Parts: sequence; C-alpha cells; structure tokens
Amino acid sequence: MTKGTVSGVIANMVTLRVDGPVRQGEICYIETGGDRLMSEVIKVLGTDVYVQVFESTRGLKVGAPAEFTGHMLEVQLGPGMLSKNYDGLQNDLDKMEGVFLRRGQYTEPLDAERPWGFTPLVKVGDEVQSSDWLGEVIENSQKLKIMAPFQMEGKAKVKSIVKAGEYKIHDVVAVLQKEDGTEVQVDMVQHWPVKFAMTNYKEKPRPFKLLETGVRTIDTFNPIVEGGTGFIPGPFGTGKTVLQHAISKQAEADIVIIAACGERANEVVEIFTEFPELDDPHTGRKLMERTIIIANTSNMPVAAREASVYTAMTMAEYYRSMGLRVLLMADSTSRWAQALREMSNRMEELPGPDAFPMDLGALISNFYGRAGYVYLNNGEVGSITFIGTVSPAGGNLKEPVTENTKKVARCFYGLEQDRADKKRYPAVNPIESYSKYLEYPEFSEYISKKINDKWIPKVLALKTRMQRGKEIAEQINILGDDGVPVDYHVVFWKSEIIDFVVLQQDAFDEVDAVTSLERQEAILDLVTEICEKDFHFDTFLDCVDYFRKLINLCKQMNYSEYKSEMYNMFVSQIRDMLAA
Amino acid sequence: MATAFQKVYTKIGQITKATVALKAKGVGYDELATINGKLAQVVKISGDDVTLQVFEGTGGIPTNAEVVFLGKAPSLKVSDQLAGRFFNAYGDPIDGGPAIEGKDVEIGGPSVNPVRRKQPSELIATGIAGIDLNNTLVSGQKIPFFADPDQPFNEVMALVALRAKVDKIILGGMGMTNDDYYYFKNTFSEAGALDRIIAFMNTTEDPAVERLLVPDMALTAAEYFAVEKHETVLVLLTDMTSYADSLSIVSNRMDQIPSKDSMPGSLYSDLAKIYEKAVQFPESAGGGSITIIAVTTLSGGDITHAVPDNTGYITEGQLYLRRDSDIGKVIVDPFRSLSRLKQLVAGKKTRKDHSQVMNAAIRLYSDAANAKTKLENGFDLTDYDNRCLDFAKEYADKLLAIDVNLDTEEMLDVTWTLFKKYFKLEEVNIKKEFTDTYWK
Repeated sequence: MTKGTVSGVIANMVTLRVDGPVRQGEICYIETGGDRLMSEVIKVLGTDVYVQVFESTRGLKVGAPAEFTGHMLEVQLGPGMLSKNYDGLQNDLDKMEGVFLRRGQYTEPLDAERPWGFTPLVKVGDEVQSSDWLGEVIENSQKLKIMAPFQMEGKAKVKSIVKAGEYKIHDVVAVLQKEDGTEVQVDMVQHWPVKFAMTNYKEKPRPFKLLETGVRTIDTFNPIVEGGTGFIPGPFGTGKTVLQHAISKQAEADIVIIAACGERANEVVEIFTEFPELDDPHTGRKLMERTIIIANTSNMPVAAREASVYTAMTMAEYYRSMGLRVLLMADSTSRWAQALREMSNRMEELPGPDAFPMDLGALISNFYGRAGYVYLNNGEVGSITFIGTVSPAGGNLKEPVTENTKKVARCFYGLEQDRADKKRYPAVNPIESYSKYLEYPEFSEYISKKINDKWIPKVLALKTRMQRGKEIAEQINILGDDGVPVDYHVVFWKSEIIDFVVLQQDAFDEVDAVTSLERQEAILDLVTEICEKDFHFDTFLDCVDYFRKLINLCKQMNYSEYKSEMYNMFVSQIRDMLAA
Repeated sequence: MATAFQKVYTKIGQITKATVALKAKGVGYDELATINGKLAQVVKISGDDVTLQVFEGTGGIPTNAEVVFLGKAPSLKVSDQLAGRFFNAYGDPIDGGPAIEGKDVEIGGPSVNPVRRKQPSELIATGIAGIDLNNTLVSGQKIPFFADPDQPFNEVMALVALRAKVDKIILGGMGMTNDDYYYFKNTFSEAGALDRIIAFMNTTEDPAVERLLVPDMALTAAEYFAVEKHETVLVLLTDMTSYADSLSIVSNRMDQIPSKDSMPGSLYSDLAKIYEKAVQFPESAGGGSITIIAVTTLSGGDITHAVPDNTGYITEGQLYLRRDSDIGKVIVDPFRSLSRLKQLVAGKKTRKDHSQVMNAAIRLYSDAANAKTKLENGFDLTDYDNRCLDFAKEYADKLLAIDVNLDTEEMLDVTWTLFKKYFKLEEVNIKKEFTDTYWK
C-alpha cells in the first residue's frame, strides 16, 4: 500500500507527500501520538496529496506517517443496523467508551457475533445477478434480504446455499459460480462506497403513491409521494426540526433514516429518548425499531459532516434494494454545504456565490437524484423518499443552497417567520409552498382510486381560497374593517377556517399531532362545505363573531379522538351552527 | 517557561498585525509558543514554515524575537480551587490570589458522545415570567440574549444567574467594559454568591484576539465541575459578537476568503463547538449539567447578520428584550423570543395548562399588536380590539416585565385572571379540559 508523510497542516486540511499511487477520494490513516486519524483524499498535485481529516488535528506534526487503504469511504451494510446510532462515518456510537468522543476511536458498525435466522430464497442451480435476493433474515420484524454482491458483474449460478438456520453475518451463506467459472463466496455483509449511487434496479418511474405523514398541511395541501423529494427551508425558530420529527414519527415507511447533519446534539437525544417509547402508528411496534440515526452534530468534525449525508443515503439505497420503503430525512443540508465551503476555502479554490464551491448545485442535484421509486430486477418495488431541511442564511431564500435545492426537489415546504411569530404552526406558508406531484397525472389517478376523484379539485379550490383570503386581508389592512363590504370579511374568514382547521396542527397534542387520511378526508369535506356555503351578516362584527365561534368548535373537534363521543358532540354543534 | 532542552528560534520571517511566521521543525498543530514572552498559537504548518497567531497582537515584536514552542495546546489547571476566583483569558489569576494547583487540561477538548447525553428535563426557574412562562429554560440548554448594546442584558443575566438554583456560575467576559466587569463582581459579591462564581475576563482594555480563549477556558472549567464533580453549572458568555469579531480579524490576517458579513466560512462550526458544550448528563454519569446563557449583541436589531443568524441555528432558542412604551418597562419580547426546549418541561414539570395558556396569551397579545397598527393607521377599533389592547397592557406589566418575580403557578393564575377579565370563553381558544378547571 502507498505510504505518505505529513508536510503541512491547516486546521483539518493536511498535505501529505506520498510514495506511490493514490486515488481521488481514497481513505488513509495518519498516525499521531498513538491515534490514527481517518482522512480522505480531496486533491492530488504530483506527489503532494491534500486530505481532509475527519478528526481534530491538534498536535499533528510535519513528518507524521500516513498509510493509504486502497479503498474509498465506504459503509458496511448488513443485518443489525436498525435502531443503531451511528456517527457520519458509520461508527457505532454506543460501542464507544467514555463520555467524550475520543480522537481516533473507530467502532464496528455491525455485530459479528450475533446470530440471525436465515431462510434461503434461491436453490442450487438458480441464475442470479448482482443484488438479487438469495435469502432472508428478520430484524425487528422487517424482512431483510441477503443479496448477491453489489459489485458482482454478469450472471452467476447458485452453486450452494445453506439450509435455513442461524448464521452470523460473516458466515458464508451461499457460493455463486460466475460464467467464467470463478466462485464468489457470499456472506451477509456488503460494502459500498458512499459517494457512488447504487443503480441496481431495472427502472425508476415517476413516483405516484401518496406517502402518508399525518401532517395535514403536507398530506392534504402539498402531498409527498413514496420515492419523492421535498425540502423544508426556513429561518431558525420556525419549526423545521419539529416538522421533520413529526414526519419521521408518523410517515408510513418501513425504514426511517435520520441524518442529523451539523445540527444540535440535543435533537438527536430527543429522537433516541422518545422513539423507543413511541408506537409506529402503522404497525404498533416501537418507532425506534424502524429507525437509524446518523448523528454528526454541529460540534463533531466538519469533514465527517459531509460524509454523513452520503452514509445515510447509501444505507437507504441498501434497504431499497430489498424492496422496502425508506424515508430519509437530512437536517440540515445547509450544514453539509457549509462543510464543503470550509474545505473549498482551505484549498483556496475560487469561490462561487456566497463563497460556496462552484459545483454546489451539481452536488445537490446528484444527491437528490439518488432518491426515487424503483422497480427492482425481480419486479418488486422499493423507494427512498428524501426530505431535506435547508437553513438559509438570514432567512433569505435567495441564497445558493435554497436556490439549487429548489431546482431538484419536487415539494417545497417554505417555513415562514411571520406565521411562526403568530404561532400558526406548522409554519408552512400555504401560498408559496407547492407539491409538483399534485400535477402528476399518475398521482391524480392513484388518489382517485385511493380516496376519490373529488379530492384534488377540492384541495386546489381551498388553495385558491387561501390566496384570495390573503389578498383581501391586505385590502382590509389598507382600507379598514369598515372600508370593505361585509362579503369581503366572509371571504377572509373562510380562508381563516382553512388555516385554523386544516393547516394548523398541534404537534405536541396527542390527538391533533397525527391525522389519519380518513380523518383528513372528513376535515377536507367539512371545510369545503363551509367554504361553499353562502353566509349573510349585517355587520362585519357579526361575521367575525360567528367565524371565531366556528373556528373554536372546529379546533375542539380536532383535539378530540376521531369519532369519539366528544368528537361527535363538536361535529353536531358545528352542524347546528351551519344550519342556523 | 522554557526548559533547558527546548530549542529557541530567533529568526522571524514575516510579521503581520496578528500573526508571525518563521522556519521551525517538529512543531505540532494548535501548539502554544511564546514570542519574547507573548503567547502565540500555531495556526498553519507548511513544511518548515510555521505561522503563529499572537494573542496580544504583534506590536513591538522584533524579527529576532525569541520564539519558544511549549509542546502543548492552551490549557487550564482545574481543581476545586477555581471556585470564587477571577482569571484573565489565559487562566492566570487577576484577583491577586495564588495560582491554581490542579490537573492541567487542554482547552477546547473533545465533544460529548451524543449517546452519552440525557434529554434536558430540569426546569431552571428565574422568576421572570417572560422567561419561565413563555420561554422556559431547561438545564443543559444553550440560549442567547439577542440584544442591542444599550439594552440591560448584563443586568438580566446577573439576575437570572443569581436566582437560578445552580452549583456554579462561570462567567466568560469577552470585550466587556470595565464598568460591566465591576457590575458583575459587585452584584455577585453583594448577593454573597462569590464562592459559586468563576470568571474569565477579557475586557475592552485587553487585546482583542485574546478573547478567543475565553469561551474554551470557561467551558473547560465547567466540564470539570459537571463531569467530575457532578454539579449543575451555569455558564454566562458575554458578548459572543465580540468573540466572532476576533475570529474575523484572525481569518482576515490569514488571507482566508470571507463569507457573509466578512465572517470566516467556518463561523457556524466555530460557534457550534462552543455552544454544544451545553449538556445534561444522565444519572449514570453523575447527573451534572452545563447550561449556557450567552449574549449576542446586534447592530441596529439586525438578526440576519451572520453572527446572530448562525447563532440562532445553533442555540436552542433566543431571548429578546424590548422597552414597552405602554408601560415604560423593559419586557421579554414574547413574539420573537423562543425557548426550544420549553415543551420538555412545560406541562410536565409545570402545571398541565402551561402550554395552552402561554400560546393563547401570546396570540391575544399579537391581536393587540394588530389593533395597535389599526389605531395608528386611523381606523376605528372594535370592542374586541379595545379589550385586546387593555389586556396587552396589563399582561406586559404583570407578566412580561423583567422586574416580575413569581413562581410558574402564580404566573398561570395571573394569566387566567386576565383572560377572564377581558375575554369571552370562546375567544381564548383553549382546550375544554382546562377551561373547565381554571375558567372560574
């Protein structure tokens, strides 16, 4: 293997002089004071190699030895990853010793000793190719597939396969014979370089299946689909993280991967404190069982922050290859972009807008491009739904990360300071936000079957009313309450009904936090009915009074268990008000 | 400080306002050195060329100055002797007392493993309703005051520190005026709290670059008491904008490409490293905690500037002070202030109606703000508008003002009384379960 010696240090960028070939993106370890510091090649100039170190470089001296590994940054994929807390480089955080993260401490992501109940899915003589399912193990009730090696080229025949039974991850469970006669021994572990997309599927069609999140402003107003992409930009304090956590708790997915990328450590603590207690609303099992956390919090080394989102995406692709529905959340992609900026700056590259590297847009679009709904080679389907948050500097959406993300993500959930100030949560701006999927004929066809064909027209009508309500609110602000006809107030208050009853949702209330699709349909129908009704008031004060009362009743309804006695009582009170 | 075996370099190649460069061998990154007795730190190594950042500034350094490398990063001696003492940015006593004996710990040490943390869950009561009721603080939290330089943030911070039930208060002063330094010293000593105080001071009279050491010094001391002594520690950092200004000075001298507002591109990571030291440890690790209350001064209230903006993304909320002209007092602004961790204690460690009461009051206060705009624009006010305005005035006076000192139950009761006084039941929009109990 190639060796090198340190010739310069600036923060976490180190230059090495090397004695042999190195490849771009190769991993090497630098030794200093008994610690081995993992690093990644980012630039090569002759025998001078620039690496970014995933650790603190304190005390590193010129002349320190480095050893290259021959491979790029890769993850180990296999059974045993669910419910784990990893850092951005896939070290198992629970296996680390001590309260503090010690430099140079790397831990095994998988448990080599744990036995798994393996059931074969192929028999001797079957023809297989890379990523084909050879067997199955069950982890936390998820059926995980053991697949033919991702890197294997061409076809192969199953030469032998073990009987159903208990095996460890490094036990050989199958032997494949390739066309050229060479044999491939298969265990339960795959390796994959994180910066390369897995393309082990047959086709990636336009996604169309609604992904239920239980959040009304998403499901009803701007739905996201299985295999879709969305992003949530918002200034600090507008509820990005609360919304992300709500989605990851409630979404109808088999696997949820949360990449805490350069964000607060306490937010990660919240997940692994609460998720083991909370039930998955769809299966009744504990949420933690389907969750993987990739924690590279803001105080952890910057270079590993960039790696963390790729690590998370690669794991998602692994599960998608098994035909599972994966939800990947990254909070926040801006921190990842900032990590790129810090490195680009140290390498003295010419900066692009706001000092970000010039290829930022390309990196973002390639990353979002790895999500999607796929048909696997065996005809099964799998999906990665990706939702990233963006933390725009100064809350200004005209900044490179937001603009570049907007080009690739199909759903836009813009959080608005003004709504947050008024405590109208979730603070998703109802007018600026959009879901492109509402325009997909594939989606419309799916919804017509799943719910009914009135759903989308009703949603679009409410959107128009929100817009109209906003225009009228502005006019009332300018002309005064008495300066506009009473009818204007009615239009305005109808938009308030939509806002208070459909859009606003209390993420901290047990009942209101998650709304089933059935219940969303009931709410949509009720609100549509109210909006379509003609109201006549003598003065605007009567109008305001009436709608305040109506809103209050509707909110009480939202707070009550669906179809409970309380719920029915509030519904009938609303009916009485509408009939009067 | 040099020992007999240390090599002394006497040939400096380059001097800028904040850095010197020379040829040297065997130097470690981040290592300390003295240059004619002035403390400096290695910030760049390229072959034999070593660049040092001189904390005091490079004024007066000759090209033949004696440079001695100390073989270690900046450190602090930690032990129980720290309690009640005042230090400069290097951790040397400035109160005339003896030097500290203890374990020498490098500052800016590693981060806590996130899985070894506990979710913050202990309420820190301050008696100020604008904080306890609307923006409850929790142990292990990090939260700054966003304030204009003329606002009384240091006074409020001192008040909070003295009322909070903590074992140690560690004050990190960066670019603090001498007057404010004495204000803290006198307030703490009059309250008889000096034995709980540890202060690291960089005043406006000291060199600006020195203050880069202050937060790490303060937090190293905090980690000693929280990790090894299992104590509850409150760290006060004022003013983090001065700290960031020093960062930009250094990065500018190092020819780094500035990003927004002339701040270094690494500002987010630099600030996060400090704020993320706030932590709550589980019982199994002794149950100690570090809570950070900081100050970020704004220029003209602009929170889109890189320093408050990055801070807002790192900290768990922010507190704003504002002078309310209706009551002539300083209040904690209920609109823009936010404690992200409040839901961990509100309604759990406090009464169940806490969250709903808080939200309803703020919504009504916001309706009052709308009514006020209407009034200013010359429109007629409705009866509801007038009631909102009256409510807002009394709410500000009895709850939001910083001179309030109540416990949370009292705060909730006062709010219910005000609701009842000014509004109809359906106007407050609170869950029936609570109105049944408290709407009397």
